[in-house]
Amino acid sequence: MNVTVLDRKPDNSAQSHLGFIDCDVHPYVKGPNDFDPFLSKRWLEHKQTIGGRTRQGLAKTAMYPRMSPGTGMRMDAWTKTGGHPGSDLPLMQEQLLDLFGVAYGLLAPLVGGAGGERNVEFGSAMATAVNEWQLANWCDPDPRLLGAIQVNIEHTEAAIAEIEKRAGDRRFAQVNIPPRGLEPLGRRRYWPILEACAANNLPVSLHLGGTSGHASTGGGWPSFYHEEHPSYVQTMQTLVTSLVCEGVFEHIPNLKVVLVEGGFAWLPALCWRLDKHWKRLKAEVPHLTRSPSEYVHDHIWVTTQPIEEPERPQDMLATLEWIGPDRVMFSTDYPHWDQDDPRYAFKIPLPDDWKRKIYRDNARALYNLD
Amino acid sequence: MDRPAIPTGAIDCDIHPAVPNTRVLLPYLDDYWREHVLRRGLERENFEPSCYPANAPINGRPDWRLPSGPPGSSLQALQTHMLDRLHPSHAICNVIHGAQVMFSEDLSAALCRAINNWIKAEWLDRDPRLRASIVVPPHSADLAAEEINRLAPDHRFVQVLLLAMTELPLGRRQNWPIYKAAEAHGLPIGIHAGSSFRHPPSALGWPSYYLEDYVSQSQGFAAALNSLISEGVFVKFPALKVVLIESGVTWLPASLWRLDKTWRGVRSEVPWLEQQPTETVREHVRLTLQPFDAPPTEPQLRTLLEQLGSDRMLLFSSDYPHWHFDGDDALPSGLPADLIHKICVDNPLETYPRLKETT
Repeated sequence: MNVTVLDRKPDNSAQSHLGFIDCDVHPYVKGPNDFDPFLSKRWLEHKQTIGGRTRQGLAKTAMYPRMSPGTGMRMDAWTKTGGHPGSDLPLMQEQLLDLFGVAYGLLAPLVGGAGGERNVEFGSAMATAVNEWQLANWCDPDPRLLGAIQVNIEHTEAAIAEIEKRAGDRRFAQVNIPPRGLEPLGRRRYWPILEACAANNLPVSLHLGGTSGHASTGGGWPSFYHEEHPSYVQTMQTLVTSLVCEGVFEHIPNLKVVLVEGGFAWLPALCWRLDKHWKRLKAEVPHLTRSPSEYVHDHIWVTTQPIEEPERPQDMLATLEWIGPDRVMFSTDYPHWDQDDPRYAFKIPLPDDWKRKIYRDNARALYNLD
Repeated sequence: MDRPAIPTGAIDCDIHPAVPNTRVLLPYLDDYWREHVLRRGLERENFEPSCYPANAPINGRPDWRLPSGPPGSSLQALQTHMLDRLHPSHAICNVIHGAQVMFSEDLSAALCRAINNWIKAEWLDRDPRLRASIVVPPHSADLAAEEINRLAPDHRFVQVLLLAMTELPLGRRQNWPIYKAAEAHGLPIGIHAGSSFRHPPSALGWPSYYLEDYVSQSQGFAAALNSLISEGVFVKFPALKVVLIESGVTWLPASLWRLDKTWRGVRSEVPWLEQQPTETVREHVRLTLQPFDAPPTEPQLRTLLEQLGSDRMLLFSSDYPHWHFDGDDALPSGLPADLIHKICVDNPLETYPRLKETT
């Protein structure tokens, strides 16, 4: 059954989106050997023999296969010669960067497997390789594209060394940490890495996806991608809950966290819930000196895609108001099947000042961009 | 601000009688299991489930705590604290007990049988206002169905009780014998907050604090609901009603917006779903009121209630003896008067048809 949704007023003034900052752009590899030039002989040999080892039953195929080839890609983003979507800079420029006059695109590489690698030394070597690959193939050829420092957070020393090595290199905008870790990110074992991010004025970006080997829900493994896709929201909720309740923002007051590709409409209700139950259970977390929602507002940013589409379009305005339009940043998720188009993503016109903030100014301020 | 009064005929859809200690269950076990329990010394264990530590402030209101025994373990105290003060016409007993989380399907089933026999003899028989949910071994669908069939003829049992997070997502086909039995007897499935911790509470592993676990219950509910919908439980069992108990409420609209959007894009994977998830939820799913995770202002609350899009979904609950309100203020402020009557009287009667037979 198709559903007819009435009262949708797409904002067609494409002009007003020109110059937006895209907070989620995915570069892909052309082939399996793209990282090889950036690996040492030792790790190249390892890659060619043992290879990447993840915490799931299938070695290279997604456990929840997506609904289009290439792990859920936009069908028109394959190159004429069959190249993987997102692997070709000229096509990315044509379909995204030049089409909309994107001021900056924040890269979120989902390739290389550095974050979820079980051999943490190999994972760290892959993180370094993916960082070099971003610079050589994307950031240097098109300075609008800003890299995300990859790390393996199960190797604390290597992760910190990688962050410190890249700090000050303005081609990198932030540090990518996989959201589904072995433990919730707020746990103390991860604090040294988060401290290194904050000390070097790098926001932490948590882009959903992947698996840590723990079931994707507290009640076990779902059957379908139809369930896995919304379960990413629950991962984001756990991240917020963990970072707040562990007192990370008390301990690292200048830490800034960006939740990428998790949507955002769930955030107000999570804050109400945290505040309510914190009042009753605050003796358990005496390190919190403020209500959970205050930490959230001061330290957490969200990107828009995949944007929720409320039944009543005007409810989007209420949601944005409850979160605060100063904490929401537009993202397309190019070249994924469910990417958002800046012209049509919001099904209701936004006030002009919100639009400026969400499409551009919030990201410009957070990442200290021109 | 004055809290609204609880209307006459209100039905409290979630109270928690607690088994005071395992010795009280001995008369309600059959000979084999009584000997078994005694031989292993299990009558000395209290089987407190780790998702509900009895001494946590949220799990026992200070003035509802007892001189001895866990909160909720005295019928007389329940009468004094709640039944004779809020005057519900009925209250539904939901026992949360370690029987529901044991690995041995047989021991789990035996303890559940004993709990059901005990609640019938010691609570239902002694106060005509009380009704109960059938406690079942959630990890054993066949034994659960057997227990449902055993107790369903007693119409004071009005629901089947499951936990939100167990071994398999609740919609999985292995669980369908439970839904088949429940639907056949016209019994709703009550899904209560809680986990048997077969898995960490999240895809990120184990959080540190009970506060995190408690807040994250809503994520367990969202996942359970998504599983029930996606697997087609409501297509296979069209008369089935599901009640989310102690789930919170305000997370639901945003969660449904996401489900609907995913369904629009991905529904070829689940072709049996011909209806947008929101519609299915409004038809089949109900939620108890406490703990009500309300937004800070009344206009926000009104917006939230509009977003639910149905005045038939919320059911009154005190969640006795858990601590979500003080005094007799069981109804959150800001609810419109006509909705209060629906929440307290009409919706529970519609959800639990067995309550109409005996009122």
